[in-house]
Amino acid sequence: MVECGRHLNIEIHTLSEITEVAGSVGNYTVTVKQKPRFVDMDKCIACGLCAEKCPKKVADEFNMGISKRKAVYIQYGQTVPLKYAIDDSSCLYFQKGKCRACEKFCPTGAINFEDVETTKTILTGAVILSPGHVPFNPGKYDYTGYGRIPDVVTSMEYERMLSAGGPLMGHLAKPSDNQEPLSIAWLQCVGSRSISRHDRSYCSSVCCMYAIKQCLVTADHLPSHATQTVFYMDIRSHGKNFDRYYEDAAEKGVRFIRERPHTFDPGPNGSGVSITWMDKDGGKRTELFDMAVMSVGMEPPSDAEKLSKIAAIDLDQWGFARTDSFSPSQSSRKGICIGGSFSGPMAIPRSVTQASSAACKVSMELASAKGTLTKERTYPEERDVDQGEPRIGVFVCSCGMNIAGVVDVKAVAEYAKTLPDVVFVENNLFTCSTDTQVIIGGKVKELNLNRVVIAACTPRTHEPLFQETLKDAGLNGYLMEMANIRNHNAWVHKNTPEMATQKAKDQVRMAVAKVALASSLRSQSVPVTQKALVIGGGLSGMTAALGFSELGYDTVLIEKSDQLGGNAHYLEKTADGQTLRPALEQMIADVENNARITVMKKATLAEAKGSVGNFTGLIQTEENARTDVSFGVAVVATGGRETKPSEYMYGSDPGVFTHLEFDAFTAGKSDAVLKAECVAFIQCVGSRNKERPYCSRVCCTHTVKKAIALKEMDPEKQVFVFYRDIRTYGVFETWYHKARQLGVIFIQYDSDTKPDVRREDAKIVVTATDPILQQPVAIYADYLVLASAIESSGISGLSQLFKFSVDEDGFINEAHPKLRPVDMSVDGLFVAGLCHYPKPVDESIAQAMAAVSRAGVLLAKTEMKLNPITSFVTDRCDGCALCVDVCPYHAIRLVEYQGHASMQKRIETDTALCKGCGICAATCPKGGVQVHGFTLDQLMAQVDAVLKAS
Amino acid sequence: MGQSFEPVIVGFLCNWCAYAGGDLAGVSRIQYPPNMKAVRVMCSGMVHPELIVKALARGADGVLVMG
Repeated sequence: MVECGRHLNIEIHTLSEITEVAGSVGNYTVTVKQKPRFVDMDKCIACGLCAEKCPKKVADEFNMGISKRKAVYIQYGQTVPLKYAIDDSSCLYFQKGKCRACEKFCPTGAINFEDVETTKTILTGAVILSPGHVPFNPGKYDYTGYGRIPDVVTSMEYERMLSAGGPLMGHLAKPSDNQEPLSIAWLQCVGSRSISRHDRSYCSSVCCMYAIKQCLVTADHLPSHATQTVFYMDIRSHGKNFDRYYEDAAEKGVRFIRERPHTFDPGPNGSGVSITWMDKDGGKRTELFDMAVMSVGMEPPSDAEKLSKIAAIDLDQWGFARTDSFSPSQSSRKGICIGGSFSGPMAIPRSVTQASSAACKVSMELASAKGTLTKERTYPEERDVDQGEPRIGVFVCSCGMNIAGVVDVKAVAEYAKTLPDVVFVENNLFTCSTDTQVIIGGKVKELNLNRVVIAACTPRTHEPLFQETLKDAGLNGYLMEMANIRNHNAWVHKNTPEMATQKAKDQVRMAVAKVALASSLRSQSVPVTQKALVIGGGLSGMTAALGFSELGYDTVLIEKSDQLGGNAHYLEKTADGQTLRPALEQMIADVENNARITVMKKATLAEAKGSVGNFTGLIQTEENARTDVSFGVAVVATGGRETKPSEYMYGSDPGVFTHLEFDAFTAGKSDAVLKAECVAFIQCVGSRNKERPYCSRVCCTHTVKKAIALKEMDPEKQVFVFYRDIRTYGVFETWYHKARQLGVIFIQYDSDTKPDVRREDAKIVVTATDPILQQPVAIYADYLVLASAIESSGISGLSQLFKFSVDEDGFINEAHPKLRPVDMSVDGLFVAGLCHYPKPVDESIAQAMAAVSRAGVLLAKTEMKLNPITSFVTDRCDGCALCVDVCPYHAIRLVEYQGHASMQKRIETDTALCKGCGICAATCPKGGVQVHGFTLDQLMAQVDAVLKAS
Repeated sequence: MGQSFEPVIVGFLCNWCAYAGGDLAGVSRIQYPPNMKAVRVMCSGMVHPELIVKALARGADGVLVMG
């Protein structure tokens, strides 16, 4: 958020809604209505004094009403932009005509009661809609007791109760009596997977995982005898590493009960909740829990319909924005794209991926105007000051009363004057204000300061601002150090002002000691090869290659087989029911006829060197031809494969198929299938077991769709599905519903009660115990289809070449599973499709487009600035190479050079790979490798400064 | 070590987690004793053992490495 708020080319309009979207792609005029904030954003320094003095308390929406906020408020601590706002619907002045306390106390005069609603027009080439979703409100039901029984809460409320930064500070308490709850039950699918009144027929996709997470976090917060129970229908842990998480929770003692409770009554004396359900034997079970959490689903935003009319886009039957499998972020109106859960229920990784794919789509639409309206800052030339004696200026911020109210800032300023090398000290009311920047710049020039200490707030938000100030004054930005005397001091030591003042002096002393040893750091620039390499020619790889070409970058696409298209050749329809073949053929033709794309078939990457922006590689084709290739970025889309089962008579019985084999078998020759009286499916064959402890994500939907096709062919045909949990997540749930409506019989089994399969004359006999009938059943099937596991393919060689990391299931690791879901562990590499994790067509395409979008950021410029906080080698390095192995980014290598008498060794670091973590520096026993800005001397100087009592 | 004992604690805080957590504690006004003085590092892996040993040898009562 901070990065977004600070970006030179992102304008944020808060409290705004769009009222009209006129024009067409490339030329939209968007009318925006902005509600008044009643606080001047330029003046507000978010000191919070207004909220402290405001006498009006209202329910805090962010904490789901569990705590109160004031009428002038920020939503939460990390709000961007960090500016207060007055909620006029509760403000006493607006409601009753008097008060204005905030105005009186605001130290910067930022309160403006005269603020009015404004309307502006924004000219834009494209629009991305990402209004998100809202949680289902279980108050619409009567049976859960929500709203009637105090200890029944929603998962959103519970999330805030559980949060260490929430209203209870993570100390769980029952709403009824504030006692610690020792038994908590979760009820899944509240408002999801149901077609009764108020309900949503889709699966909300995220609730199983958040409930399990809440169980595990709860277990950490409570004594070990506390219990967590989850009432569920199917556990849908279909995401990457999710199934392992689920198994782990079960092992740790979370109780999972596959039943749906029907009655919720208040516990004795109104405390707790009594839950009744029918158990497996048909008996009635009642148990008393201290609390019950409703795992509520996702709904489209309440104003989705209004928004869809304004933007003239289509919604689906539930009110989510309509997109399609081949263009997963494109709305029904060209140039208007959808990011995140507005297009359907999804968890964070998919939501982020989808938003990046929307950015990609928009970049493609606006490719011809690329870079025409972007802004860039320029600075005067830097003075070279590293060699001279330090001349340090210290600026101590009062932050209104935020710091000065606790810390004696005058005393700190006086103390700072006594420190070595300090030649100027000043106390400012607000060191971050625009006029203070002018003062700082002036003093730097006037007094020839060459180092600056800002004793104020946190470098995490304000360091860039002060670095700019130094740069504007002709000083290197890294000759500045911040002492965090607000967040790490005044705000947290309110009750001990003397000790806080002492600590502030210590902090300033530390900062002065460190900055005296600082040297100018310059971002190295490396030229960027504005070309992409795409490895793998399936749907994901082709999508990526076409994306790059539309953005104007040449791309080499290598495919190890002799044809493009990968697994898509074997798929009939996408998950949303579209026929794949025509789109696939069109795509292959588009790729092969594209002047910007060089397709190499029967080709593999034999060698790869270099780092982000500058990779080189050697492509080897089957004919042993070798081609050099240089590229700035690469997308790894090597795909996956359906595994061959080793059980259920697979391979030995001609009537047993895998999914893809059965699809091929039935394609075009429906005769055999028509004659079949009965077809059986077994799910999780090779998945969710010891060998592959993950869910293959796509098989349930595939099975259900195939079952429907069989039933539609002949309603008399019997179709049985043996499953562990049906995982038709999101809107795929509607297929599951339809299959049951058509009479497909679903029989549940567990990992220890797997079905038995044998051949009896013309039939394959599948036997299992039906948990509903509580009896063994035998199904006489003509064909048996096994939903076999999906594995990644083609990764191991590449991971050696590029040194990227792969998880224990053989899928490529992301840089961050939630926030950077397409970036790989090596900069400049991006991942898409099945080699990342099994996923359906639309998700693969979205991920490939997201990869293009992320890679496009690197390709957009001819040169790339590297982070200057990186490691460097000193002359003390003797080539012992201890650091080489510990470097997690493989940024260090050992080289030989000609010394005085003999060949010597030492290390070399690759600035483009280095992230500045300094593990090398901590490993080196002789100071042979250090990190810029955090040298051992600098850190030691800080430690010494702590210990040198003032 | 009577009640007046105030330990001097040197903290090494990772910029991305512990230091950010310290900032959030501030925004949330969570109160704690002022004895720890934070040295911001870019990763707790950056903290050389020598820094810890020397801190203790030169008089620190405790060292916290948070990351």
